Amino acid sequence: MTLAAIIVLGIGTYTMRLGGVLLRERLELSDSLQRLLPMAAAALLTALAATSTLMAGSGFAGTARPAGVAVGALLAWRKAPFVAVVVAAAATAALLRMAGID
Amino acid sequence: MRTIQRTLLRDAVAIAAAMVAVGASFGAIAIAYGLPVWVPFLMSTVVFAGGAQFLAVGLLAASPVAAVFAGLLLNARHLPFGMAIGSSMGTGWRDRLIGSHLMTDEVVAFTLAEDDPVQRRRTYWLIGITLFTSWNLGTALGVLLGTAVGDYESLGLDAAFPAALIALILPSLRDRPTRTVALTGAAVAVLATPVLPAGLPVLCALLGLLTLLLPRRAAT
Repeated sequence: MTLAAIIVLGIGTYTMRLGGVLLRERLELSDSLQRLLPMAAAALLTALAATSTLMAGSGFAGTARPAGVAVGALLAWRKAPFVAVVVAAAATAALLRMAGID
Repeated sequence: MRTIQRTLLRDAVAIAAAMVAVGASFGAIAIAYGLPVWVPFLMSTVVFAGGAQFLAVGLLAASPVAAVFAGLLLNARHLPFGMAIGSSMGTGWRDRLIGSHLMTDEVVAFTLAEDDPVQRRRTYWLIGITLFTSWNLGTALGVLLGTAVGDYESLGLDAAFPAALIALILPSLRDRPTRTVALTGAAVAVLATPVLPAGLPVLCALLGLLTLLLPRRAAT
Protein backbone atom coordinates (compact mmCIF):
# COMPACT_ATOMS: atom_id res chain seq x y z
CA MET A 1 0.00 0.00 0.00
CA THR A 2 2.81 2.36 0.96
CA LEU A 3 4.74 1.40 -2.18
CA ALA A 4 1.67 1.96 -4.38
CA ALA A 5 0.98 5.31 -2.73
CA ILE A 6 4.53 6.56 -3.38
CA ILE A 7 4.49 5.36 -6.99
CA VAL A 8 1.13 7.01 -7.69
CA LEU A 9 2.31 10.23 -6.06
CA GLY A 10 5.53 10.11 -8.09
CA ILE A 11 3.79 9.48 -11.42
CA GLY A 12 1.14 12.11 -10.72
CA THR A 13 3.74 14.71 -9.79
CA TYR A 14 5.83 13.97 -12.87
CA THR A 15 2.74 14.18 -15.09
CA MET A 16 1.96 17.66 -13.79
CA ARG A 17 5.57 18.78 -14.21
CA LEU A 18 5.81 17.54 -17.78
CA GLY A 19 2.22 18.52 -18.55
CA GLY A 20 2.85 22.20 -17.90
CA VAL A 21 5.94 22.15 -20.14
CA LEU A 22 4.23 20.34 -23.03
CA LEU A 23 0.83 22.05 -22.88
CA ARG A 24 2.32 25.50 -22.56
CA GLU A 25 0.79 26.80 -25.77
CA ARG A 26 -2.45 24.82 -25.70
CA LEU A 27 -3.52 25.21 -22.09
CA GLU A 28 -4.78 28.33 -20.42
CA LEU A 29 -5.14 28.23 -16.63
CA SER A 30 -7.54 30.83 -15.31
CA ASP A 31 -6.02 33.57 -13.16
CA SER A 32 -8.10 32.51 -10.16
CA LEU A 33 -6.86 28.91 -10.41
CA GLN A 34 -3.26 30.10 -10.66
CA ARG A 35 -3.89 32.09 -7.49
CA LEU A 36 -5.71 29.30 -5.66
CA LEU A 37 -3.10 26.55 -6.11
CA PRO A 38 -0.35 28.12 -3.96
CA MET A 39 -2.96 29.00 -1.34
CA ALA A 40 -4.24 25.43 -1.20
CA ALA A 41 -0.64 24.26 -0.79
CA ALA A 42 -0.03 26.73 2.04
CA ALA A 43 -3.25 25.64 3.78
CA LEU A 44 -2.34 21.94 3.64
CA LEU A 45 1.20 22.46 4.90
CA THR A 46 0.15 24.86 7.67
CA ALA A 47 -2.53 22.39 8.78
CA LEU A 48 0.01 19.57 8.87
CA ALA A 49 2.39 21.76 10.92
CA ALA A 50 -0.41 22.72 13.33
CA THR A 51 -1.82 19.23 13.85
CA SER A 52 1.60 17.62 14.25
CA THR A 53 2.54 20.33 16.77
CA LEU A 54 -0.58 20.25 18.93
CA MET A 55 -2.05 16.80 18.57
CA ALA A 56 -0.88 13.26 19.31
CA GLY A 57 -3.43 10.75 18.04
CA SER A 58 -6.78 12.33 18.88
CA GLY A 59 -5.62 14.07 22.09
CA PHE A 60 -3.35 16.98 22.89
CA ALA A 61 0.41 16.60 22.56
CA GLY A 62 1.34 17.96 26.00
CA THR A 63 3.90 20.68 26.68
CA ALA A 64 7.36 19.71 25.46
CA ARG A 65 6.58 19.35 21.74
CA PRO A 66 4.53 22.55 21.30
CA ALA A 67 7.14 24.48 23.31
CA GLY A 68 9.94 23.16 21.10
CA VAL A 69 8.04 24.03 17.92
CA ALA A 70 7.31 27.53 19.29
CA VAL A 71 11.04 28.16 19.80
CA GLY A 72 11.74 26.91 16.27
CA ALA A 73 8.94 29.04 14.79
CA LEU A 74 10.24 32.13 16.56
CA LEU A 75 13.72 31.54 15.12
CA ALA A 76 12.27 30.94 11.65
CA TRP A 77 10.33 34.18 11.93
CA ARG A 78 13.57 35.99 12.85
CA LYS A 79 15.02 34.45 9.66
CA ALA A 80 17.48 32.16 11.43
CA PRO A 81 19.11 29.47 9.22
CA PHE A 82 17.03 26.33 8.66
CA VAL A 83 19.43 24.10 10.59
CA ALA A 84 19.23 26.40 13.65
CA VAL A 85 15.41 26.26 13.55
CA VAL A 86 15.28 22.47 13.47
CA VAL A 87 18.01 21.90 16.06
CA ALA A 88 16.61 24.50 18.49
CA ALA A 89 13.12 22.97 18.28
CA ALA A 90 14.41 19.46 18.94
CA ALA A 91 16.78 20.59 21.71
CA THR A 92 14.05 22.54 23.54
CA ALA A 93 11.67 19.58 23.51
CA ALA A 94 14.45 17.19 24.57
CA LEU A 95 15.60 19.43 27.46
CA LEU A 96 12.04 19.89 28.74
CA ARG A 97 11.52 16.12 28.74
CA MET A 98 14.85 15.64 30.50
CA ALA A 99 13.54 18.04 33.17
CA GLY A 100 10.47 15.86 33.55
CA ILE A 101 8.06 18.11 31.65
CA ASP A 102 6.29 16.29 28.84
CA MET B 1 29.88 36.64 -18.00
CA ARG B 2 32.45 35.14 -15.69
CA THR B 3 31.04 36.95 -12.66
CA ILE B 4 27.57 35.66 -13.54
CA GLN B 5 28.92 32.11 -13.54
CA ARG B 6 30.60 32.66 -10.21
CA THR B 7 27.41 34.01 -8.62
CA LEU B 8 25.48 31.07 -10.00
CA LEU B 9 27.98 28.59 -8.58
CA ARG B 10 27.90 30.32 -5.20
CA ASP B 11 24.10 30.18 -5.19
CA ALA B 12 24.22 26.50 -6.11
CA VAL B 13 26.58 25.70 -3.22
CA ALA B 14 24.47 27.65 -0.72
CA ILE B 15 21.24 25.98 -1.81
CA ALA B 16 22.91 22.55 -1.83
CA ALA B 17 23.95 23.01 1.81
CA ALA B 18 20.40 23.97 2.77
CA MET B 19 18.95 21.02 0.85
CA VAL B 20 21.26 18.56 2.60
CA ALA B 21 19.94 19.88 5.93
CA VAL B 22 16.26 19.73 4.92
CA GLY B 23 16.75 16.34 3.27
CA ALA B 24 18.44 15.02 6.42
CA SER B 25 15.53 16.11 8.59
CA PHE B 26 13.16 14.49 6.11
CA GLY B 27 15.07 11.19 6.22
CA ALA B 28 15.35 11.18 10.02
CA ILE B 29 11.67 12.06 10.47
CA ALA B 30 10.50 9.35 8.05
CA ILE B 31 12.38 6.79 10.15
CA ALA B 32 11.08 8.35 13.37
CA TYR B 33 7.52 7.89 12.04
CA GLY B 34 8.24 4.18 11.87
CA LEU B 35 8.36 3.91 8.06
CA PRO B 36 10.65 1.31 6.44
CA VAL B 37 14.13 2.49 5.38
CA TRP B 38 13.36 2.29 1.64
CA VAL B 39 10.42 4.72 1.89
CA PRO B 40 12.38 8.00 2.25
CA PHE B 41 14.85 6.91 -0.48
CA LEU B 42 12.09 6.02 -2.93
CA MET B 43 10.25 9.26 -2.20
CA SER B 44 13.31 11.46 -2.63
CA THR B 45 14.09 9.94 -6.03
CA VAL B 46 10.62 9.26 -7.45
CA VAL B 47 8.58 12.14 -6.00
CA PHE B 48 11.39 14.67 -5.45
CA ALA B 49 9.23 17.43 -3.98
CA GLY B 50 10.07 18.47 -0.42
CA GLY B 51 6.70 19.75 0.76
CA ALA B 52 4.74 16.80 -0.64
CA GLN B 53 7.25 14.36 0.85
CA PHE B 54 6.88 15.85 4.34
CA LEU B 55 3.12 15.87 3.91
CA ALA B 56 3.02 12.26 2.71
CA VAL B 57 5.27 11.05 5.54
CA GLY B 58 2.91 12.70 8.04
CA LEU B 59 -0.13 11.01 6.49
CA LEU B 60 1.13 7.70 5.02
CA ALA B 61 0.91 5.59 8.15
CA ALA B 62 -2.60 6.85 8.92
CA SER B 63 -4.08 6.94 5.43
CA PRO B 64 -2.18 6.32 2.15
CA VAL B 65 -5.16 7.65 0.17
CA ALA B 66 -5.10 10.97 2.03
CA ALA B 67 -1.31 11.08 1.55
CA VAL B 68 -1.60 10.70 -2.23
CA PHE B 69 -4.52 13.11 -2.54
CA ALA B 70 -2.89 15.83 -0.43
CA GLY B 71 0.50 15.31 -2.09
CA LEU B 72 -0.95 15.63 -5.60
CA LEU B 73 -2.91 18.71 -4.67
CA LEU B 74 0.24 20.22 -3.22
CA ASN B 75 2.20 19.41 -6.38
CA ALA B 76 -0.47 20.75 -8.73
CA ARG B 77 1.46 24.03 -8.62
CA HIS B 78 4.04 22.39 -10.92
CA LEU B 79 1.56 22.67 -13.79
CA PRO B 80 1.66 26.50 -13.89
CA PHE B 81 5.41 26.29 -13.08
CA GLY B 82 5.95 24.18 -16.17
CA MET B 83 3.95 26.62 -18.27
CA ALA B 84 6.07 29.50 -16.99
CA ILE B 85 9.36 27.67 -17.48
CA GLY B 86 8.43 26.27 -20.88
CA SER B 87 11.46 25.54 -23.01
CA SER B 88 14.03 26.95 -20.58
CA MET B 89 15.34 23.42 -20.01
CA GLY B 90 15.78 22.84 -23.77
CA THR B 91 13.41 21.94 -26.61
CA GLY B 92 14.51 18.36 -27.35
CA TRP B 93 12.49 15.42 -26.02
CA ARG B 94 15.33 14.10 -23.89
CA ASP B 95 15.81 17.49 -22.24
CA ARG B 96 12.12 17.88 -21.55
CA LEU B 97 11.54 14.33 -20.30
CA ILE B 98 14.49 14.38 -17.90
CA GLY B 99 14.42 18.09 -17.15
CA SER B 100 10.79 18.09 -16.04
CA HIS B 101 11.57 15.73 -13.18
CA LEU B 102 14.06 18.27 -11.78
CA MET B 103 11.42 21.01 -11.57
CA THR B 104 11.00 22.43 -8.05
CA ASP B 105 10.04 25.79 -6.54
CA GLU B 106 13.70 26.75 -6.15
CA VAL B 107 14.72 25.78 -9.69
CA VAL B 108 11.81 27.75 -11.13
CA ALA B 109 12.65 30.81 -9.03
CA PHE B 110 16.33 30.75 -10.04
CA THR B 111 15.58 30.16 -13.71
CA LEU B 112 12.94 32.86 -14.06
CA ALA B 113 15.37 35.33 -12.49
CA GLU B 114 17.57 35.02 -15.62
CA ASP B 115 16.73 36.89 -18.83
CA ASP B 116 19.13 35.36 -21.35
CA PRO B 117 17.86 32.02 -22.81
CA VAL B 118 21.33 30.41 -22.79
CA GLN B 119 21.87 31.44 -19.20
CA ARG B 120 18.37 30.21 -18.30
CA ARG B 121 19.07 26.76 -19.61
CA ARG B 122 22.40 26.60 -17.80
CA THR B 123 20.79 27.77 -14.55
CA TYR B 124 17.90 25.30 -14.84
CA TRP B 125 20.18 22.30 -15.23
CA LEU B 126 22.85 23.38 -12.76
CA ILE B 127 20.40 24.19 -9.96
CA GLY B 128 18.17 21.22 -10.83
CA ILE B 129 20.97 18.64 -10.74
CA THR B 130 22.49 20.24 -7.63
CA LEU B 131 19.17 20.06 -5.81
CA PHE B 132 18.46 16.48 -6.83
CA THR B 133 21.90 15.35 -5.68
CA SER B 134 21.98 17.25 -2.39
CA TRP B 135 18.37 16.33 -1.55
CA ASN B 136 19.10 12.62 -1.93
CA LEU B 137 22.42 12.89 -0.12
CA GLY B 138 20.64 14.65 2.75
CA THR B 139 17.94 11.98 2.80
CA ALA B 140 20.58 9.27 3.14
CA LEU B 141 22.30 11.12 6.00
CA GLY B 142 18.97 11.57 7.74
CA VAL B 143 18.09 7.88 7.40
CA LEU B 144 21.48 6.95 8.89
CA LEU B 145 20.91 9.40 11.72
CA GLY B 146 17.33 8.25 12.31
CA THR B 147 18.32 4.59 12.34
CA ALA B 148 21.19 5.21 14.76
CA VAL B 149 18.90 7.07 17.16
CA GLY B 150 16.49 4.75 18.92
CA ASP B 151 14.11 6.86 20.96
CA TYR B 152 13.22 9.87 18.85
CA GLU B 153 10.98 11.57 21.42
CA SER B 154 13.76 11.87 23.99
CA LEU B 155 15.79 13.71 21.33
CA GLY B 156 12.87 16.02 20.53
CA LEU B 157 12.69 14.93 16.87
CA ASP B 158 8.89 15.11 17.03
CA ALA B 159 9.27 18.88 17.51
CA ALA B 160 11.79 19.13 14.66
CA PHE B 161 9.22 18.07 12.04
CA PRO B 162 6.62 20.84 12.55
CA ALA B 163 9.40 23.40 13.06
CA ALA B 164 10.94 22.41 9.72
CA LEU B 165 7.54 22.76 8.05
CA ILE B 166 6.99 26.19 9.57
CA ALA B 167 10.39 27.36 8.33
CA LEU B 168 9.44 26.17 4.83
CA ILE B 169 6.01 27.82 4.67
CA LEU B 170 6.68 31.06 6.53
CA PRO B 171 7.75 33.04 3.42
CA SER B 172 4.45 32.26 1.62
CA LEU B 173 2.48 33.34 4.71
CA ARG B 174 3.73 36.92 4.35
CA ASP B 175 0.99 37.38 1.76
CA ARG B 176 -2.12 38.37 3.73
CA PRO B 177 -4.91 36.44 1.93
CA THR B 178 -2.71 33.33 1.89
CA ARG B 179 -2.11 33.72 5.62
CA THR B 180 -5.84 33.99 6.36
CA VAL B 181 -6.59 30.92 4.26
CA ALA B 182 -3.75 28.91 5.81
CA LEU B 183 -4.42 29.81 9.45
CA THR B 184 -8.17 29.24 9.12
CA GLY B 185 -7.51 25.89 7.47
CA ALA B 186 -5.04 24.93 10.20
CA ALA B 187 -7.58 25.80 12.92
CA VAL B 188 -10.24 23.65 11.20
CA ALA B 189 -7.75 20.77 10.95
CA VAL B 190 -6.81 20.92 14.64
CA LEU B 191 -10.46 21.10 15.73
CA ALA B 192 -11.37 18.19 13.44
CA THR B 193 -8.52 15.94 14.65
CA PRO B 194 -10.33 14.45 17.70
CA VAL B 195 -13.44 13.60 15.69
CA LEU B 196 -12.30 12.59 12.19
CA PRO B 197 -10.22 9.55 11.13
CA ALA B 198 -6.48 10.25 10.72
CA GLY B 199 -5.54 11.89 7.42
CA LEU B 200 -8.84 13.67 6.86
CA PRO B 201 -8.30 16.64 9.20
CA VAL B 202 -5.37 17.96 7.13
CA LEU B 203 -7.52 17.76 3.98
CA CYS B 204 -10.23 19.73 5.83
CA ALA B 205 -7.76 22.64 5.84
CA LEU B 206 -8.86 23.30 2.25
CA LEU B 207 -12.05 24.74 3.78
CA GLY B 208 -9.82 27.70 4.63
CA LEU B 209 -10.12 28.69 0.95
CA LEU B 210 -13.73 29.65 1.72
CA THR B 211 -12.41 32.73 3.54
CA LEU B 212 -11.70 34.14 0.07
CA LEU B 213 -15.46 34.34 -0.46
CA LEU B 214 -15.92 36.65 2.51
CA PRO B 215 -16.61 40.25 1.55
CA ARG B 216 -13.32 42.11 1.47
CA ARG B 217 -12.98 44.74 4.20
CA ALA B 218 -12.61 48.33 3.06
CA ALA B 219 -9.13 49.57 2.17
CA THR B 220 -6.50 47.91 4.33
